[in-house]
Amino acid sequence: MADEALLKVQGVETYYGNIRALAGVDVEVHKGEIVSLIGANGAGKSTLMMTICGSPQARTGQVIFDGEDITKVPTHLIARRRIAQSPEGRRIFPRMTVLENLQMGANLDNLKYFKEDVEKIFTLFPRLKERQSQRGGTLSGGEQQMLSIGRALMARPKLLLLDEPSLGLAPLIVKGIFEAIKKLNQEEGLTVFLVEQNAFAALRLSDRAYVMVNGKVTMTGSGRELLANPEVRAAYLEGGRH
Amino acid sequence: MTQSSASENLMGKALKEALFAGATAFGLFLLYVGIETYQNINNQLVWRTRWGMLAIFVVIAAVSRFLMVAFIVPHLDRRKLAKAKSGILEISDEKSFFHKHFLKIALFALVIYPMVSVMLAGTQGSLKYVDNFGIQILIYVMLAWGLNIVVGLAGLLDLGYVAFYAVGAYSYALLSEHFGLSFWVLLPLSGILAAFWGIILGFPVLRLRGDYLAIVTLAFGEIIRLVLINWTAVTKGTFGISGIPKASVFGIWSFDIGAANNFTKAFGLPMSSAYYKIFLFYLILALCMLTAYVTIKLRRMPIGRAWEALREDEIACRSLGINTVTTKLTAFAIGAMFGGFAGAFFATRQGFVSPESFVFLESAVILAIVVLGGMGSLTGIAIAAVVMVGGTELLREMEFLKHVFGPDFTPELYRMLLFGLAMIIVMVFKPRGFVGSREPTAFLKERKAVSGSFTKEGHG
Repeated sequence: MADEALLKVQGVETYYGNIRALAGVDVEVHKGEIVSLIGANGAGKSTLMMTICGSPQARTGQVIFDGEDITKVPTHLIARRRIAQSPEGRRIFPRMTVLENLQMGANLDNLKYFKEDVEKIFTLFPRLKERQSQRGGTLSGGEQQMLSIGRALMARPKLLLLDEPSLGLAPLIVKGIFEAIKKLNQEEGLTVFLVEQNAFAALRLSDRAYVMVNGKVTMTGSGRELLANPEVRAAYLEGGRH
Repeated sequence: MTQSSASENLMGKALKEALFAGATAFGLFLLYVGIETYQNINNQLVWRTRWGMLAIFVVIAAVSRFLMVAFIVPHLDRRKLAKAKSGILEISDEKSFFHKHFLKIALFALVIYPMVSVMLAGTQGSLKYVDNFGIQILIYVMLAWGLNIVVGLAGLLDLGYVAFYAVGAYSYALLSEHFGLSFWVLLPLSGILAAFWGIILGFPVLRLRGDYLAIVTLAFGEIIRLVLINWTAVTKGTFGISGIPKASVFGIWSFDIGAANNFTKAFGLPMSSAYYKIFLFYLILALCMLTAYVTIKLRRMPIGRAWEALREDEIACRSLGINTVTTKLTAFAIGAMFGGFAGAFFATRQGFVSPESFVFLESAVILAIVVLGGMGSLTGIAIAAVVMVGGTELLREMEFLKHVFGPDFTPELYRMLLFGLAMIIVMVFKPRGFVGSREPTAFLKERKAVSGSFTKEGHG
């Protein structure tokens, strides 16, 4: 395990109006790790993801990225510090072509590395290459997810946030996407923070994981440990191995 | 079922639908068309019936419905079926000569248009074609292209665009009156002032989208108009400002009759206002080209791409490091700037501005042109402007309609009907506007035409 924490979430509480969605969350992501966050619907997983990106901002606590406090930094400036996100629901640009979608990701460097990075993404997801001049909205769900991850990667991120990449996708496609994430992590040392409902696949992929219940982290450990933990098995894995 | 019984069935159905359409038209137009109110000599409001006119409306509705159901729809269906059977998709890269060189041809036609109309109609006769058709249409092209940046590219529904047109027009009118500045100084200044007002409008509406944004922009348009009406000390209220100076040819030649450097005198031409109109035609043409050039260039720059991304998904934009605040404000400012240019041009062309010219209906017409043309498509919008504005001008010319509908028929009163009709036709047959496809801005190697069949999507 790397020694330096790239992302540190300390005692973060986030509210939607008067409703507390996060009740003091502590999470650490180290350089070169894949860390996943699992939990049931409404546990606050996506809220934590969005809080890291500054929308909504944490009311108390701190989000520290690369040694700097980014708790109150506006979302677009957080993105410019190279935290790239593939948001929940993918949120690709439906009327823009695949290539244009990727181009949007490359805007941070003013397209300096556009061509070489596009080639990299096309090797990672060859389906996108076939579809490059097609509109984003015409892609299948799996292709849209690939595009969403690809677009995030175009920003040359230090940290990649993935919110439910398996949502609504066939198991085989999920497997392909998870393999791609693994490959990025192993070959390029990309740090990944992953939110998943598909606990089984997520835990197998991750170095470490957190379990979240009702806005709090209730358990943490290596992916392997949590996979073997009877409580986790009962709550998230048994009867739901999908 | 045999062939003949099928066609009998079709005719029966068409007849039924025609009767129904006739009845609907009768119900709809009974009060609007069948009855007319007017003031008699004692200033009383009285009414009379117009059964003949009503009958014409009903017959038109019934006959068109019959033709539609009995002939046009089956014909289109057959064509679609034949196409599907032969397996031809609309993916051919080959385009006809006209299609490929459409822009060059259109631009060439526009450049020679005034000369051709002078040749065909004489110097004085060309006035109508150059002024009523040419300049009038080009003003709307420019306004619609300006609004296109806000609505078509950035996806911010603006119902008060005419406010910026007004700001431009009044900026020119007032500054030239009080400070005697020339058109060429005030043209950029009007644009800058309008852009400034665009930012003023932009700030309060940053968090709004869709319907809410539309309502606030609508109100903004009305505020500007009401200020123009009521701030009489400066704007002279409803009387308007008259005697606005004419534009000169870069200060070298003037179009003022008394001036020593008068254009017609300098070239030994006979006195006519036609030359000024021709000059104005080229001026607005140049302004239009500037708008198009800037739009095309901006679309390929980060800011233009950010606009389009903003239209698609604001949250995704922010997560990609786009500052949505400045992106929205620049869209409002640049869109407004072109409105301001058009306004200054309008003021110098009319020589007179009053709040009457900047009513909500104008905003609606400009927006209708953008929507009909296909949001974001410059070509489509230009075509829509030609059809809609040219169409309304043509209505004025249709004297023969008086023989059909009677001598007090004033065709231009029906121009909104034309807009409604065009809206319905376009929305039914081409829901994305005349030119619904979008030219992509990212290419790896060469430009590859994106086929129509790949550019449609279900939702979003």
